[in-house]
Amino acid sequence: MENKTVNIKINGNDYTVDGSLTILKACRQAGISIPTLCYMENICEEGSCGICVVEVAKSHTLQRACITQVYDGMEIQTNTSRVRQARKTILELILANHPQDCLNCAASEICELRKISYDLGIDETPFEPTKDLDLPLDTTSPAIVRDLNKCILCRRCVKECEIVQSVNVIEIAGRGINSKVSCFMDKGLGESYCTNCGQCIKVCPVGALTEKNDVDRVWDYLADPKKHVVVQTAPAVRVALGEEFGMPVGSLVTGKMAAGVRRLGFDGVFDTDFAADLTILEEGTEFIGRLTKVLNGESAHLPLITSCSPGWIKFIEHFFPKCLPNVSSCKSPQQMFGAVTKTYYAQQKNLDPRDVICVSVMPCTAKKYECLRPEMDDAFDHWKDKLMLKDEDHFQDVDVAITTRELGRMMKEVGIDFEHLPEESFDSPLGESTGAAVIFGATGGVMEAALRTVYEVVTGQALPKVELEIVRGMKGIRTADIPMVSADGKEIIAKVAIASGLGNARVLLEEVSNGTSPYHFIEIMACPGGCLNGGGQPISNDPNVCEKRAAALYSQDEAITIRKSHDNPEIKKIYENYFEKPNSHLAHELLHTSYVERDLYELEKEDN
Amino acid sequence: MEEKKHLLEQLHDIQDADKEHHLSPKKVVELSEKHGYSPAKVYGVETFYTMYSTEPRGKHIIRICENQSCHMANAKNIIQHLEKKLETSVGGTTKDGLFTLELSSCLGMCSVSPAMMIDDVPYGNLTEDRINEIIDSYKEGK
Repeated sequence: MENKTVNIKINGNDYTVDGSLTILKACRQAGISIPTLCYMENICEEGSCGICVVEVAKSHTLQRACITQVYDGMEIQTNTSRVRQARKTILELILANHPQDCLNCAASEICELRKISYDLGIDETPFEPTKDLDLPLDTTSPAIVRDLNKCILCRRCVKECEIVQSVNVIEIAGRGINSKVSCFMDKGLGESYCTNCGQCIKVCPVGALTEKNDVDRVWDYLADPKKHVVVQTAPAVRVALGEEFGMPVGSLVTGKMAAGVRRLGFDGVFDTDFAADLTILEEGTEFIGRLTKVLNGESAHLPLITSCSPGWIKFIEHFFPKCLPNVSSCKSPQQMFGAVTKTYYAQQKNLDPRDVICVSVMPCTAKKYECLRPEMDDAFDHWKDKLMLKDEDHFQDVDVAITTRELGRMMKEVGIDFEHLPEESFDSPLGESTGAAVIFGATGGVMEAALRTVYEVVTGQALPKVELEIVRGMKGIRTADIPMVSADGKEIIAKVAIASGLGNARVLLEEVSNGTSPYHFIEIMACPGGCLNGGGQPISNDPNVCEKRAAALYSQDEAITIRKSHDNPEIKKIYENYFEKPNSHLAHELLHTSYVERDLYELEKEDN
Repeated sequence: MEEKKHLLEQLHDIQDADKEHHLSPKKVVELSEKHGYSPAKVYGVETFYTMYSTEPRGKHIIRICENQSCHMANAKNIIQHLEKKLETSVGGTTKDGLFTLELSSCLGMCSVSPAMMIDDVPYGNLTEDRINEIIDSYKEGK
């Protein structure tokens, strides 16, 4: 690799830059902006859109800045009339094959194509379409809708799925004007090994990829006077929802969010954080159980791997089904919450569980898939005999999962002035939570929350410092050794690892799969950075979006007096009054689940 | 150890061994699993090249050229005649399963345009009469 510097001229000014850079990177370092539609640093650098062209002295054609390396003496012009005219023509050609329906496009506000068209002053598209703009929507997935008519073939989703997530479920198929992003055999996303993580939605520069819109289903439930509709909001929603209303990235809006959802008409405004605390008690107990067995020379599946992220669960079911015994049997907080709402809460409030509707607001698109999983109906099974329920009474534990973006849309629809809402609290009893639960929204948060409890249970003492900085950060894979001395004087070093992003998860899973994993406990989140960067979060072009949202979560953790899940008074109460103790029989019935060994390409193998 | 062939060659091997001259999804998934390609990626490759088919095809593949030289030599009429003679349209397979009619990019036979290939055999200077003869000879030989 050459690392020597070169002297170049950009728009007449001299710069000395690293010779391995592309023109685009050199210009960005110099503070000169060049428009791009397909570029994503280190992920998609293919020059497919062509918008980034610049003039280079002695080259008779314009060069694509994102794929052309600088050389000594290079003279670059980024804004000559020839460059601007070429960019306009390229845009006009893209627009010729792009539906002009911005008024009713879900991506309208964030569309990069619309923004660049405006910036470059496009006033008409002189070209006739060359493509058939009548392809049917792909609605096979419960989480993601694809409108290939809007696709500009930038390849960002393909590369995100391949390089970041290592799932590789989509590729450009066909050639020329027939090219389109396609699953194997042109099947729908819902008929494939897609994990529903939604990272493709986050990178799509247009509205070709969106979450499945479930807003109307929520409105219908809210309008039904017979239904008692409760809402739960996930930890990561409170550090992102403000962005939907123009607030700065990383604004912490817990109180306004509670006030806002209350104004939508929910009968109970609750917090998924409550279930996150519950998860820690269940999963921590499960971990201590397995660790103790192994330390006593018995056999148990270690490392234990967290199970909160449904995109990750579908990934391991497809790609590493043999490792499923290592996955915690705990349901995700969303699903624990649903099951608790329709059992414990319904019983306390004297409600018929059939009339209780649980809506969840999630930073995640895979949650839409998770709540539809057929085994996620334990509350129904619980009541079936007691209330003599019939098959047509069947209900899911969680009825609808909407994303942070969809909640923002609902609030806009009723004209809520979000920024000026008062700070309100969640309702009781499922609204009480701890700092440990809040940090679930960041990568490493579940690990930190679990260790705060596990450490105390094992050693009988509190953690020397409640903040476990060692497991925090945005690096894709992190590891730590946590020394503990048990009450009977045994020294234990808990080896833990954290991965976010499925590509990173795959690295740790390969080790588990071939028996070389040195860890006791692994936290995995499907999305890079954890839930705060989930596929259902507001789409931001801030390069430090993850760090800012994480900082907001950690600041809320610090501001809460109770910071360990086992100290949550409502959690103590639910065990005293209902579950008895973690991992009890009833807890297993309602709070734990099982997984499906999926043949990797099971759906692809079906001939049809 | 079996030498790892280029993906394009492996796809040809699969297609050539297939009775219906196509890349069956099952075989492609097997190939993907064996070599660690994603099926979507292979699908991208097989749909890019016109010599591969994802759909089952007839015993003989007719590839008729429609590029510039053949176009100038009235390939359009020849294609229409072929469609009439075979009672199928471009992309289709005859009822008896004997022929699949496909369009082809340039076959490099511009000097004898209009031209086509049936399987690996090239035919040039096509006229309606010549097409009837050629097709009938394949029918007799079945």
